[in-house]
Amino acid sequence: MSIDTDAGTAETTEFEFDGSAIERKRLYGKVFLGLCIAASMVGIVALIALLVDVLTEAWGWLTWEFLTYPPSQIAEHFDPENYGSLDTGPAGMYPAIVGSIYLIVLTAVFTLFLGVGAAIYLEEYAPDTEMTRFIEANITNLAGVPSIVYGLLGLAMFVRALQTGASLLAGALTLTLLILPIVIVQSQESLRAVPDSMRQASYGAGATKWQTIRDVVLPEAVPGIMTGIILSLSRAIGETAPILMVGAATSMFTPPSLTDPTGAFSAMPMQIFDWARLPDETFQHVAAAGIVVLLTILLLMNAVAIYIRNKYDRRG
Amino acid sequence: MSSGQIDLSRQGSDVGTVGDRVARYAFFSCALVTVLTTIAIVLVLVNGAVGFFRSATLYELLADTVGAGSLSGATDALRDGLMAQVTLGEFFFGTNWSPLIEPTSYGVWPLIWGTLVITVGSAVIALPVGTLTAIYLSEYADSRVRKTLKPVLEILAGIPTIVYGFFALSFITPIIQFFFPQTGTFNAASGAIVVGVMIIPMVSSISEDAMSSVPNSLRNAAYGLGATKFEVSTQVVLPASLSGILAAYVLAISRAIGETMAVVLAVGMLPQITTSPFEEMQTMTAYMVQVGISDVSVGSIQYQSLFAVGLTLFVMTFAMNVLSVLIRSRYREEYQ
Repeated sequence: MSIDTDAGTAETTEFEFDGSAIERKRLYGKVFLGLCIAASMVGIVALIALLVDVLTEAWGWLTWEFLTYPPSQIAEHFDPENYGSLDTGPAGMYPAIVGSIYLIVLTAVFTLFLGVGAAIYLEEYAPDTEMTRFIEANITNLAGVPSIVYGLLGLAMFVRALQTGASLLAGALTLTLLILPIVIVQSQESLRAVPDSMRQASYGAGATKWQTIRDVVLPEAVPGIMTGIILSLSRAIGETAPILMVGAATSMFTPPSLTDPTGAFSAMPMQIFDWARLPDETFQHVAAAGIVVLLTILLLMNAVAIYIRNKYDRRG
Repeated sequence: MSSGQIDLSRQGSDVGTVGDRVARYAFFSCALVTVLTTIAIVLVLVNGAVGFFRSATLYELLADTVGAGSLSGATDALRDGLMAQVTLGEFFFGTNWSPLIEPTSYGVWPLIWGTLVITVGSAVIALPVGTLTAIYLSEYADSRVRKTLKPVLEILAGIPTIVYGFFALSFITPIIQFFFPQTGTFNAASGAIVVGVMIIPMVSSISEDAMSSVPNSLRNAAYGLGATKFEVSTQVVLPASLSGILAAYVLAISRAIGETMAVVLAVGMLPQITTSPFEEMQTMTAYMVQVGISDVSVGSIQYQSLFAVGLTLFVMTFAMNVLSVLIRSRYREEYQ
């Protein structure tokens, strides 16, 4: 102290404790924590706003008839208050719902074989070579390609070159290629989680590699693989851009047929897009009702995936 | 081989061998599909884009060899057909995009501008918010909060983009219009906000993974030196996980560039270069949708323009994805 006063300054020496510095640090810490919490709230607020917005817009427009009747060009046909006075019957999104379900069933079949097959090769067979590393890097890169580019691929390759037309098959194949990278990576993780001791035990019992994979590794990995596939399919069912480029119809009045996968099709997101871009105010409610149906199906798919994960999760 | 000895080599006698070999090749061909997909994407885009650019050069070549005078005798249809094509210079330096209305013009800059505005706008929202969310999740939040917040972010990431488009149109745009009455039904601001919200989960989840993998010994060492939690978070954890965070940024930006349906519904379909975020614009992806829903005939210049724009988009996102891999491997800190 005496040194300070002698020098005529109010500065503290390095040995003195200045409370203001720690106070300032505490303040910074509090402000920063506040910022972090506020930032974390953005996601929650956005999700709540989105759900409330969609539900209020859809309120009163989502009826049983909406699920079971074909669409109409006239917005009033969707309004439950008008149902009684319509010669044509109520309007809804039945063909699009059926179209989406068929699309996903076909995609699931293709993805199951291709995705799991590729994952088995990469995890169980692939030697540690440049080629394998190239395939894996390529899969990572494919996962980052915009979905509309897959739509262009589907348009040029399936619709034009392979002559499938704007069909259910073309849509399903395009969606398969789109979700394949995600399915492969998730299946690989499930296969990797199978302990190596199980494989060694199987080899020790005299099983061949294929027998080991088929009877030991796969049964063990199936829950994880299924979870991954269902989650990827729930992404595929909401994709609009790829099936739009492939040429999904905007308004189908009859549902597509699963026995004729080369026929035209509509799908829920495509139908919602068609409604949402119409300037007519009432179609906003119809689009919102469609979104509620789509989100409900997504929710169900996710619930199934989580159920499978929890039921078979040994760690849990 | 005398009796009593067992053949331990798998040669010949093993029943599983044939099946094994078939299985191996079957699985390999599944893996090969992914490589073929990449090749097919590149071929399809380049092939379409070449058709878009080639014929203009073809006309010039013809004019050079046979002389412009004799070409004027060619049928009008042929000349118009060839002249309708586009040069690389017009495409990459032109500032007027008007492919469907006469007189047509194919300068891609208005579309790139639209994409840039949306990308930069969404990054301004998502990068800080996503990073702060990741810091909160990784450093501050207790497990109970984390168990609520992470599923919420996962749900946000799982909502179809068409739903975000509807949300922008029916919720965000009216709010912007309330504060800025000059805002149109379609505007860039609404699109940038909604794409920003959409990519927050991507930034936060990848960044949080990177922060969580920073070993506790680093944090404890900093605490031991008297650092506060704020200092540990920003001066120890953040730099240590920088490569993961930067990779997350690049991936999120790449996603914003390729975002389609939300942008179509929110931003609209009017290609123009304007600095006002309250006006309608058109992104590269939105143009592709516009052609997709219109009835253009196969082989027409509009159809081929799809692939030229698609190739531009693919090259941009591909470069971003490669960049993110490079960042990750180059600046990766290995902790054991």
